[in-house]
Amino acid sequence: MTSHLHHPLPALRMALLLALMLLLPLVAQAFGQEYYIGVVSRMLIFALAASSLNLILGFGGMVSLGHAAYFGAGAYTVGILMQNGVLSGWLSWPLAMLVGALLACLVGLISLRTKGVYFIMITLAFAQMIYYIVIGLEVKGGDESIRLPQRSSIGLNLSSDTTFHYVVLVLVSIFLLLIHRLINSRFGRVLQAIRENETRMEAIGYPVLRYKLVCFVIAGALASFAGALLANQNQFVSPGLLHWTQSGSLLVMVILGGAGYFSGGIIGAIAVLMLEEILSAYTIHWQLILGAILLGVVLLLPNGLASCLQRGSKA
Amino acid sequence: MDLAFAIENLLNGLQFGLMLFLLAAGLTLVFGIMDVVNLAHGSLYMAGAYFAATFTSLCGSFWAGLLLSVAATAAVGVLLEMAVFRRLYQRSHLSQLLATFALILIFNELARMIWGAQALTLNTPPVFSRPVELLPGFSYSSFRLFIIGTGLAVAALMYLIVVKTRLGMLVRAGASDREMAITMGIDIARVFTLLFAFGAALCALAGTLLGAILEVQVGMGESILILAFVVIVIGGVGSIRGALVGALLVGMVDTLSRSLLPAALRAIMAPEAAAGVGPSLASILIYVLMAAVLFFKPRGLFPARG
Repeated sequence: MTSHLHHPLPALRMALLLALMLLLPLVAQAFGQEYYIGVVSRMLIFALAASSLNLILGFGGMVSLGHAAYFGAGAYTVGILMQNGVLSGWLSWPLAMLVGALLACLVGLISLRTKGVYFIMITLAFAQMIYYIVIGLEVKGGDESIRLPQRSSIGLNLSSDTTFHYVVLVLVSIFLLLIHRLINSRFGRVLQAIRENETRMEAIGYPVLRYKLVCFVIAGALASFAGALLANQNQFVSPGLLHWTQSGSLLVMVILGGAGYFSGGIIGAIAVLMLEEILSAYTIHWQLILGAILLGVVLLLPNGLASCLQRGSKA
Repeated sequence: MDLAFAIENLLNGLQFGLMLFLLAAGLTLVFGIMDVVNLAHGSLYMAGAYFAATFTSLCGSFWAGLLLSVAATAAVGVLLEMAVFRRLYQRSHLSQLLATFALILIFNELARMIWGAQALTLNTPPVFSRPVELLPGFSYSSFRLFIIGTGLAVAALMYLIVVKTRLGMLVRAGASDREMAITMGIDIARVFTLLFAFGAALCALAGTLLGAILEVQVGMGESILILAFVVIVIGGVGSIRGALVGALLVGMVDTLSRSLLPAALRAIMAPEAAAGVGPSLASILIYVLMAAVLFFKPRGLFPARG
C-alpha cells in the first residue's frame, strides 16, 4: 500500500503516447498530412505549460489565474532576442526560463501573502499588468505580433516541422520526467502536505512560504520554456499569448485533465486541443460544443479525466 | 488645467464607476453568500445588451427595449441558476472556474450564432440626443447624466433593500455567516435564486446603458468582468458598500488616468512615445491600485466576514 502522496508514473500509457508521438510525423508524411505534425507539437508544448500550472495548482494548491504571464514572457524573450539578432536557442531558451523564474519570484513574493480568491485575483492582476506593459511597448511591435525570421538555431535544421517536433518531444519528455521526479521527492510531499493543511505544516516548523515560492518559481520557469517553444513553433509572438483568457484556457486544461494527477496537464492539453481541431473542422460554432462538453465534464467528473483513468492514486 | 475638461472627466469617471457598481453588486453577493466564483457574470451583461438592441429595434422604443431586456436577462439568470449553478454550490472554486469559463464560451458562441459577428449599435433615446449646458460654456451629454442618475438611484434603492427589508436582512446574514444563516432556518437556496435574478437584472441595466454608449459585441463581457472582479476584491468580497466604493475608485482611476495621463506624459516625453505608453499605463494603474489595497488590507476595504 503506497501513500496517496505518491504518484506512480503511468509507464504503459506514457510509452504508448511516446510511441504515438514518435511515429506520427512519419504517418502524417506518408499520407501527405504534414499539417498534423504542427498540431501534435503544439499539444506537447501545451502539455508542458499545463503541467507546470498543475504543479502549483494541483500539487501546491495555489490557484493562479495568471499563468499566461510566464508562458507569454518566454515567447516574448525569444521574439525580442531574435529581433535583436540573437538567433541561438542555446542562449534564448535558458534565458527565457530565467526571465520566467524571475518574474514568478517577484509575483510570488507579493501574491503568496494572500489566500483563496484573493490569490486568484492578484495573480490575474499581475498578469494583466504584464499584458498591458507589452501592448504599450511600441518598440516591441505593440498590438502587432512579432514575426520571427526563423526558428532558433541549435545546430539542427529546425525549419523542418518533423525535426522540430522531435526536438520538442525530447525536451518536453525530459521536463515532464523532472516534474514527475519533483512531485515524488521529499519536496513534492511537503508541498502536497502544505496543500492539505498549511497551518499544521507551519506549526511543525516547515518554512511554508519558502516551499510555495520555490514551487511557484519552478512552475514559472517551465511555463516560460513552453512559451519559448511555442514562439518557435508558430514563428510569431502576439499579445494574445498574455491575455487572461490564455490563463483561463491553461486552467481549463488542468482542471479538465485532473488537477493533482501527474498526467492531468498532459491529458487536459491533448483533450482540449484535439477537441478544438475536430470540432472546428465540422462547424464554425465549435466553441459552443466545446463549452458544452467542458460543462458536462465538470458536472459529471469532478476530478477530471485523469481520475477515471487512474483510480488507484487519488489526488 | 481646463476646469471644463476636469469636470467632464470626473463625470465620466462617476458614470463608469456607477455602471461597474451594477455589475459588481450582483457578483459580490453571489460570491459572498454562495461562495461561487462566477466568470460568466459578464456574459449576462452581454446578453442584456444584445436583448436591448433586439427589443429596441423590434418595439421602436429604447424604454420598451430596456424593460424587456431586464426581464429577459433576469429570466436567463433564473434558468442558469436552476440548470447549472445549483450543482456548483458545494464544489471547489476550481470546478466553478471551469464550469463558468465553459459558460462564457457557450454564451459568446450563441450570441455569434444569433446576432452574427458584427457589432450592433444601440441608439440612445431621442430625449437625450442633445447635450445639456451645466455651466456657462460647458455642455455635457444628457444621456450620461441620465446614467449617473440611474446608477445613484439603484445604489440608493439597494441600500434601502439591504438595510431596511427582511430580504436584505437574510442577504446580510448569508453574506456574513452562511452556515449560521442556514442553521437558523433560512431557505438560502431560494434567497440565492432571487439574488441571481436580481444580479442578472442589474447586468441587463448596465449592459443596455453602456451598450448605447459603446458597441454591442461578442466578448464585451470579459474585459468588464475583470474590472468588476477588481472592484469586489478592492471593496471586500460580499460587501455592497465595498462594491460601491471600489467601483467608484476603479471608475475614477480608470477614466482619469486614460484622459489625464497622455497629456501629462506628453509634457515629459516625445508625443509618439507618450501615445503608446499612455493608454497601457492607464490600464495598469487599476491593477496597481488593487495590489496596493491588498498589500495593506488583504481582505479588501470593507470585509463582509469578520
